[in-house]
Amino acid sequence: MNFDTNLIVSMMPELARAFGVTLLTWLVGVIGAAILGFLVAVARRYGSPWLAYPLRLCVEVIRGTPFLIQLFLLYYGGPFIGLSLDPIPAGLLGLAVYGAAYFSEIFRAGFEAVPPGHVEAAECVGLNRRQIIQRILIPEMTMLVLPASVNMAIVLLKETAVLSIITVPELTLVISAIGSQQYAFVESLFLLALFYWGLVELSGRLGRHMEARLSKYRFVTA
Amino acid sequence: MTTPAISVRGLIKRFGDVEVLHGIDLDIPQGQVSCLIGPSGSGKSTLLRCMAFLEEATDGLIFINGEPLGYAPGPQGKPVRLPAARIRAVRSQIGMVFQQFNLWPHMTALGNVSEALKTVHGVRKSEAEERAMVQLKKVGLAERAGHYPSQLSGGQQQRVAIARALALEPKIMLFDEPTSSLDPELTGEVLNVMRALAADGMTMVVVSHEIGFAAAVCQQIAFLDNGKLLMTGTPQEIFGKPRHPRLDQFLDTYLDRGAAMLV
Ligand SMILES: Nc1ncnc2c1ncn2[C@@H]1O[C@H](COP(=O)(O)OP(=O)(O)O)[C@@H](O)[C@H]1O
Ligand SMILES: [Mg+2]
Repeated sequence: MNFDTNLIVSMMPELARAFGVTLLTWLVGVIGAAILGFLVAVARRYGSPWLAYPLRLCVEVIRGTPFLIQLFLLYYGGPFIGLSLDPIPAGLLGLAVYGAAYFSEIFRAGFEAVPPGHVEAAECVGLNRRQIIQRILIPEMTMLVLPASVNMAIVLLKETAVLSIITVPELTLVISAIGSQQYAFVESLFLLALFYWGLVELSGRLGRHMEARLSKYRFVTA
Repeated sequence: MTTPAISVRGLIKRFGDVEVLHGIDLDIPQGQVSCLIGPSGSGKSTLLRCMAFLEEATDGLIFINGEPLGYAPGPQGKPVRLPAARIRAVRSQIGMVFQQFNLWPHMTALGNVSEALKTVHGVRKSEAEERAMVQLKKVGLAERAGHYPSQLSGGQQQRVAIARALALEPKIMLFDEPTSSLDPELTGEVLNVMRALAADGMTMVVVSHEIGFAAAVCQQIAFLDNGKLLMTGTPQEIFGKPRHPRLDQFLDTYLDRGAAMLV
């Protein structure tokens, strides 16, 4: 079997489009997951137990089942409960909900890692609960959860490949389609792996750069 | 007689089933430094935290300059909780300094000191920072205003924490072992700031194992043992002979006996 580079070049425009879809679903999915996860973490920590318990159950169920199956259920099972979504919105929703379950746990741990004394010091100078959350907890937590969040974002990048099963025209779907049309599975899968790896490497670097920039805010333990 | 800065009346504090303060009565006089000493676990921090309303008393009352803190005497003798605004107003007369400094790591020294002025009191940023600089100067850290806590030594962090409390112009300052987590060579700079505050006439309550400081700076010493106030008095009364046997034992076990002898 020979390795056909011409084939790769001829696929470029189609690949670029698919790359864009992957990148976009990833970014929107991660942002949605982080926001949703944050809201869940806040609701579980500060909301009523009536809200906290069902939320905990949702988080456990989502974390305890494969993304593939969740996505299947959402896309193919959704219409039975009146939720008919196109592939891309379904994929985004699925990714956001799946990621939110993990992000909510990251944020929960982050809230717990802020030393209680930092909150007491804020109370002593008169900050109210909302001001403490805004001015102290969220910024301190951001620092604490950054490494885990970058990690989660990278996991979600790789999970975007699963969106191919509900026909979202992202990299995995497009490349494997080309592969089977051209009988060039090895080239296409090699290229696919390269794409993901490149993106993962890039986002990992970005994350480390951010951590370094924020290092002066790091905690001092007396 | 003037109203005491703090009056503690029949204070009982339980954590679950464990009672750690068994009915404390204590007056903190205006414009003086009072030291709280006692073995570890005797309830010093809990008593101080009750005075800052960081812990709520199980029973009993605390008055700050005559005003009830958190709870007021109720009609049936049972304390009743005051509205949040009243609690905040009384609490604002108190500044608190912690053993662990508790500076906010994402703000500079200036940010830490000016934060409450901006966020709570709505002071314009430029004015808040000006007022914060005055306090940083007072603790000798004006040139470190732009540093983050991670870029400051322990002694400097504690001085910033003192400036942060002072920025709100409290009438009373509470210190919970302010030098206990510092290297010995850094305790001096913090104690010096506290001495200067005392000389300015600030009412202070200090939990400290620095017996030398207690003897030299405090006008009143209270000895807490096992959740009970065993004795209160001037340093001469407390450290002079004859001593309470528990105090003698405490001085033997925990402290530099020589420092107490100097009194
Ligand atoms: N939040 C808490 N929950 C349960 N027990 C506590 C708590 N805080 C303090 N205690 C207990 O109360 C007692 C007095 O503690 P503390 O006031 O910290 O003593 P000190 O400051 O004199 O060393 C100790 O036995 C301690 O274990
Ligand atoms: Mg203590």
